[in-house]
Amino acid sequence: MIAGWGNLAVPGRERLSEQLERASAEAVLCRGLGRSYGDSSLPPAGHPEVLGTRLADRIVAFDQESGRIRAEAGLSLFELNRLFLRRGWFVPVTPGTQFVTLGGMVAADVHGKNHHVEGCFGSDHVLGLKMRLASGELVECGPEREPELFTATCGGMGLLGHVLEVEFELRRIPSPWIASESRRIGGIDQFLEALKDASARYPYVVGWIDCLSRGPSMGRGILDAGRWATAEEAAGRALPTTRRLTFPMMLPSWALGRPSVRAFNTAYYWKHAQQLRRGLRHPDSFFYPLDMILHWNRMYGRRGFTQYQCVIPAAAGAEGVRRFLELLSSKGGASFLAVIKDCGAESRGILSFPLPGISIALDIAVRDDTQALVDTLNEALITMGGRIYLAKDAFTRAAHFRAMEPRLERFLAARARFDPARRIRSAQSVRLLGDRP
Amino acid sequence: MRVTILGGTHGMGRALARRLAERGDQVFLLGIEPEELARSAADLQARSPTQAAVGAALCDLADPSTFAPALAAAAAALGEIECVIVTAAIFATQEAMEADVTRAEALLRLDFTNTVVFCEHARGLLLGRGGGTLCVFSSVAGDRGRKPVILYGAAKAGLSAYLEGLDHKFHAQGLRVVCVKPGFVKTGMTAGLRPPPFAGEPEAVARQVARAIDRGTPVVYTPGIWRWVMLAIRWLPRFVMRKIGF
Repeated sequence: MIAGWGNLAVPGRERLSEQLERASAEAVLCRGLGRSYGDSSLPPAGHPEVLGTRLADRIVAFDQESGRIRAEAGLSLFELNRLFLRRGWFVPVTPGTQFVTLGGMVAADVHGKNHHVEGCFGSDHVLGLKMRLASGELVECGPEREPELFTATCGGMGLLGHVLEVEFELRRIPSPWIASESRRIGGIDQFLEALKDASARYPYVVGWIDCLSRGPSMGRGILDAGRWATAEEAAGRALPTTRRLTFPMMLPSWALGRPSVRAFNTAYYWKHAQQLRRGLRHPDSFFYPLDMILHWNRMYGRRGFTQYQCVIPAAAGAEGVRRFLELLSSKGGASFLAVIKDCGAESRGILSFPLPGISIALDIAVRDDTQALVDTLNEALITMGGRIYLAKDAFTRAAHFRAMEPRLERFLAARARFDPARRIRSAQSVRLLGDRP
Repeated sequence: MRVTILGGTHGMGRALARRLAERGDQVFLLGIEPEELARSAADLQARSPTQAAVGAALCDLADPSTFAPALAAAAAALGEIECVIVTAAIFATQEAMEADVTRAEALLRLDFTNTVVFCEHARGLLLGRGGGTLCVFSSVAGDRGRKPVILYGAAKAGLSAYLEGLDHKFHAQGLRVVCVKPGFVKTGMTAGLRPPPFAGEPEAVARQVARAIDRGTPVVYTPGIWRWVMLAIRWLPRFVMRKIGF
């Protein structure tokens, strides 16, 4: 059995290889660290083996003047940070976990807390990709070279071809510390205002809201903003190594009922005692708070969980966000803190997720009614012109996906050009694009 | 430390070479494929705190005539060699070797005979400069004859015995012999196999082995729990070993 981060398993196995160039010739799908929540990294039923890339993790070239780096697709962001953060370099865009590979970051065209200024990792920062196409051909592509292949690959969930190497530029950072400010905010309208205000002042902004609170305190939460601390602010303080805990076992599924989630959310909100908190923070705690507990997905038990992440377009406004939250709480979608973030311009990746507007991400424990809940949320989203993030999805129906993706035709055209037989495929592409199992 | 490593492009050798390069040791790679050597050398250079260039030379465990020139190239590039590490080996399942005796012959030759011959060259080199460390990857499979690894285990048992003898004879002359006995470690070599309990990661092995090299620990089980697992297995009576599957 093999599963994504949401622990929703399908029959299959992972075959690891250090030699992607050799191993990719026959592969149907590549999988990095398996952090996509749903079925993006899972094999189709007819070919139950994925190529695990995480052992193919060499740095091919690094230029210490420009920060330009080329590495094999299995190199993890954790490893990059371990090697380069203290040397004064950081990736231009990081997702909320560092346990992802470069190949996976391209496939999902990941975004981070700085999306409003820097866009997505693949579309906006990758300079070159070495790929193995379905035909067996090895090609090099990038923003200028084979742009159709490049834009379909960034955000294309690994379906255009296997990414073997990734090239981009690391950024110089003035210190390895984050100067942050966090605020406790009492309701959704003020929260959206504060998000906008913080986004104008800070490169990194994200918020956590409590989806279970109702009435005037609906959407209350904590807003977190930050930038790299200057050398003076950091004053030469060495960055300590982060100690991590491991979630020891699967919790029983009943443990995460509404009462425990409500208690947690309330505690999290009031733990932020002052209204406004400023200071230096370790980048691990700022960017990757959930990485502090390894295997935290076990908390959701054997039935697993899914994450519902969508973007509500700016046109739908605060009203759209409020309606969405009301719908969610009326359907009883008990979620730990939902992540909320302001998205900037759409990137050139054909299926890249972000869109100008508000992105909301909620973790939902799988229950009998999860499919119905996702259907309801998707229907509301479609009326507002929003869309979901494929890297998180496990439950969206093909018809709903088509309705929220006007760009799908372009993607399919690119795929028809580079893999007419649709040989490269995943459990997700079988579900959403009707590929043969 | 100035160190040369045979097999540093893959698996546990790769992880160990990285650990040494990241802490500032000078590393020289020995291996079979020029492109793999060049890629690993670039990887190690990017990881080194000083961005020191990493050299490499061809050395094929299947061809003992390459041993002396390769070690000479390493010594010339590093100035002198303080530590020689051997992680290279081949693996085949017991079934595959039972079905094809030429595969058994190849494994025994590479993993025992040629590895020992390489170590003899390295020993000469290290003793010639008044001592140094010879760190060789054997296996827990050599600790007792067992059904799933009869031939592989026999080669490793021979290798472990050789290393122990070296330690006894040359310790007084400054040779530090480190015999590494990994249990199951998740690498490319074991990629097709189902990981048993206590399976280790290459990075953890590298951490433990680097410490053993620094201290001159003669025998290292890694992950550490395998010391106790093998202790138990060595004590199992023969009638039990005949019955069970491992």
